[in-house]
Amino acid sequence: MKTQITLRVNGETRDVVVPVHKTLLEVLREDLSLTGTKHGCELGECGTCTVLVDGVPVLSCLALPVELQGREIKTVEGMADNGRLHPLQQAFAELGAAQCGYCTPGILLTAEALLAGNTAPTRDEVRETLAGNLCRCTGYTKILEAVELAALRMHGSASRGTAEVPKA
Amino acid sequence: MNASKLSVIGQSLPKIDAWAKVTGETKYADDMVLPRMAHGKLLRSPHPHALIKRVDTTRAAALPGVYAVITGRDLPRIKFGILPVSQDEEALCVDKVRMVGDAVAAVAAVDEETAEQAARLIEVEYEPLKPLMSIEESLASPDVRIHEYGDGPNVHKAVSLQFGDVEAAFAASHLVREDVFFFEGNTHLPMEQHAAVAHWGPDGKLTLWSSTQTPHYVHRLLSKILDTPQAHIRVVAAPVGGGFGGKLDPFAHEIAACKLSQVTGRPVKIALTREEVFYVHRGRHPVLMWVKTGFARDGAITGMHFRSWLDGGAYGSYGVASTFYTGALQTVTYNIPVYKFEGARVFTNKPPCGPKRGHGTPQPRFAVECQIDKAAEQLGLDPADMRRRNLTEPFTKTANHLTVSTTGLGECIDRVVEASGWRQKRGKLPPGRGIGIACSAYLTGAGSAIYWNDMPHSGAVVRADRSGLVAVLCGATDIGQGSDSVLAYLVAEVLGVQPKDIRVHPADTDLTPVDLGSYSSRVTLMAGNAAIQAATRLRDRIFEAAAKKLEVAPAQLAARDRRVFVIDDPDKGMSFAEAVVLGESMHGVLAFPGSYAPPKRAGKYKGGGVGPSPCYSFTACVVEVDVDAETGDVKPAEIWIAHDVGRALNPLLVEGQTEGSVYMGLGEALMEEQVFRKGVHKFPSMLDYKSPTTLETPEIHTILVETDDPEGPFGAKEAGQGPLLPVPPAVANAVHDAVGVRLDETPISPDKVLKALELKRQGKAPRVGPDKLPLFKFPEPKVVESAFGQPAENIAERPFGPQRPFGK
Repeated sequence: MKTQITLRVNGETRDVVVPVHKTLLEVLREDLSLTGTKHGCELGECGTCTVLVDGVPVLSCLALPVELQGREIKTVEGMADNGRLHPLQQAFAELGAAQCGYCTPGILLTAEALLAGNTAPTRDEVRETLAGNLCRCTGYTKILEAVELAALRMHGSASRGTAEVPKA
Repeated sequence: MNASKLSVIGQSLPKIDAWAKVTGETKYADDMVLPRMAHGKLLRSPHPHALIKRVDTTRAAALPGVYAVITGRDLPRIKFGILPVSQDEEALCVDKVRMVGDAVAAVAAVDEETAEQAARLIEVEYEPLKPLMSIEESLASPDVRIHEYGDGPNVHKAVSLQFGDVEAAFAASHLVREDVFFFEGNTHLPMEQHAAVAHWGPDGKLTLWSSTQTPHYVHRLLSKILDTPQAHIRVVAAPVGGGFGGKLDPFAHEIAACKLSQVTGRPVKIALTREEVFYVHRGRHPVLMWVKTGFARDGAITGMHFRSWLDGGAYGSYGVASTFYTGALQTVTYNIPVYKFEGARVFTNKPPCGPKRGHGTPQPRFAVECQIDKAAEQLGLDPADMRRRNLTEPFTKTANHLTVSTTGLGECIDRVVEASGWRQKRGKLPPGRGIGIACSAYLTGAGSAIYWNDMPHSGAVVRADRSGLVAVLCGATDIGQGSDSVLAYLVAEVLGVQPKDIRVHPADTDLTPVDLGSYSSRVTLMAGNAAIQAATRLRDRIFEAAAKKLEVAPAQLAARDRRVFVIDDPDKGMSFAEAVVLGESMHGVLAFPGSYAPPKRAGKYKGGGVGPSPCYSFTACVVEVDVDAETGDVKPAEIWIAHDVGRALNPLLVEGQTEGSVYMGLGEALMEEQVFRKGVHKFPSMLDYKSPTTLETPEIHTILVETDDPEGPFGAKEAGQGPLLPVPPAVANAVHDAVGVRLDETPISPDKVLKALELKRQGKAPRVGPDKLPLFKFPEPKVVESAFGQPAENIAERPFGPQRPFGK
């Protein structure tokens, strides 16, 4: 059974006609062509498909769009502001926090939610927040460093996306 | 302006694809959508071992939305496998299934859901056979045969090599130890599940986009399996969302997608589920090992006899190479004057094992490093000092005829000992806390190709556009390790431009020269050297034209900061783009090839092709752990790792490779296991297959050691695999330092630690590990003279530039 749903995605209103059981992950990727949201298990185990709903990290593989009408959904495509990268994106690129890049969108959005509520998280707080997002490439080290650098730039003295790359 | 100083190499730069990856723009295979595309699904066997009596696809084919249903009878009856000696796989099994997960039929439909529904409507009648689920079972059941080929009933491969007289060495030793170890199998668990999109066009030409680490071998094998000329097949490697060796074989879903595309006249995508990825596997072999080593009073190794039994799973895959690799590199890590190796790979009814990060070498590393720790204790030596006493000499050969060029292992040991506070900590930490050390060596690219021929292992074309843009076309596959970026850095350095001025076009068999694939840590060295040769040829032509204009000799010119200028008079020069225009005016189109083949150094004995490499990386690792005596939980507190990378082309990327390796080694040491119950994977899900999260991964302190190897591009050696190797044994040795028990098998899980502590309390030998070996007679060894200590031959010459030019 298909139904028409109106979703708010990355600040835009989008109408889709989809089967009611189709997951948010599938609708984002297949109906809205937002393939930046990835899938690692489609069972809610790996965090890869994380998006933000009203600013809160949600596993899109377990979320049903019919329940999300009127809510603000944000995917990785919505992180940059008119072509200017989010400080997290900038820091992840500069510090090598994305290797294969497959888990990166989910981790970026989880971290964005953290930094929205905690301007200067400790490393343990970052670890705790990202514990549900698996990454097989990086050993997490550069991810933790990048989140910290982004926090510093967002809430410290550095301005958005323009800080110097720290030498490794 | 300093013309000789490097401007790009050695800098910590972002990867050239970093921006696409942080914005979600990178298009992985499953992100591809083509017009009219159908979605495919495989029907897989629920039995570990069974004959296929009947397959009826009628109901599936009749389901609305289904475009086609195929079985193995729709494909040419040609078996395939990645190695020419193990052609034992079928994309869709016809007569027999050998594991749960073997594919028997495939469906293409309007969407994935319909395809899945249709697959469930296919009726397959099986006649179950006795499943053989362990090495012991397979060896004990010669009447039940998984395959009809091999070195004995259910024995895929048995090898035996001897270099010098090990028995004589043991007889003259101060201490001889015999120990048994088991390294559990585990899987790659890339975050991206494999996916492939095939389009067999109306012109009769096939294109396959796939998440593969080895488009070249897929290209070769598709031609064979589909009985179609290779010239009419194009394979494009999509950016790979994690490989670690798991995407190195040709797979059933790739072949089925191609065939379904042919019969439907539509593009077809097949994307695997996570459960399917666990069954596709090709991961770490479970290996049982017996090692006998002789030691002098001062800790020097006098000789070693190593035996390994590999649980291969249902198919050959890379298994012959894996078998040899369990014996090949012991002699590279340490001085071993005489050496004997016996190995056997046994078929079982489980998903096939293959190459995972470190391919066949983390298991023997675990055995040898744990044994050395025990020997050091017995000899009253510091384990770090004992390892330092056994370093291989640079520019010499090993007992098994491998050539070591540079080695920084001594410095690696010194650096981790210093950084970790080893001397203040070992044996002196509070109860429950301990520190352990281990070392390793790894290949920088396999010295032999899978198909032995005289062609390059890697090729690149570098083309300069009139705009000043430089395009690099190379068959290498970026699996996240940053190989595209490394090519850009190398070419930028040679041409004096910036990485941003370069566009890398990777892994497309129509457009790019062959690179054999992203395996054996070969890409930086081999594709890198090919790219350097191509860029140098291009630079020479540009210099020729610029020199004429500037009225100097070409040798007086340098390229740097997007300029071509006179070294002694840097203001005299022109922009790189202007120099390109002059070059194209003088020579025509500026596009030049570069090729690389490694030095031919294979030992002159059967099996001598596995192990040689242009050069070897070296690693030393110290791990500090906390062991909870109540729960048995082992928590790594901090890790120090020093890696001899030759030269860090981009330190940021090398650190990333090192940290990722350490992380993966920790997972293998403490929790990861690919295990089965009644033929079925115990936990084919990311929740139950435990892998380290941010909370289980400690602070990793990476130290890069540079030895400037003559074989590597600008002196570089590998970084992506070697640093995994010493981690599991360093953990085991740290656990011993912490609570005085020996864990001689992985993973070092809480139940095993508690068991060992209980044995200790009872006054029994405080050890958990295997205590019996399979009944198996290895073949008579091929006895070859030990080449230990002989001088290296055929080492690349300085200076850098077109190293080891291929052809003329």
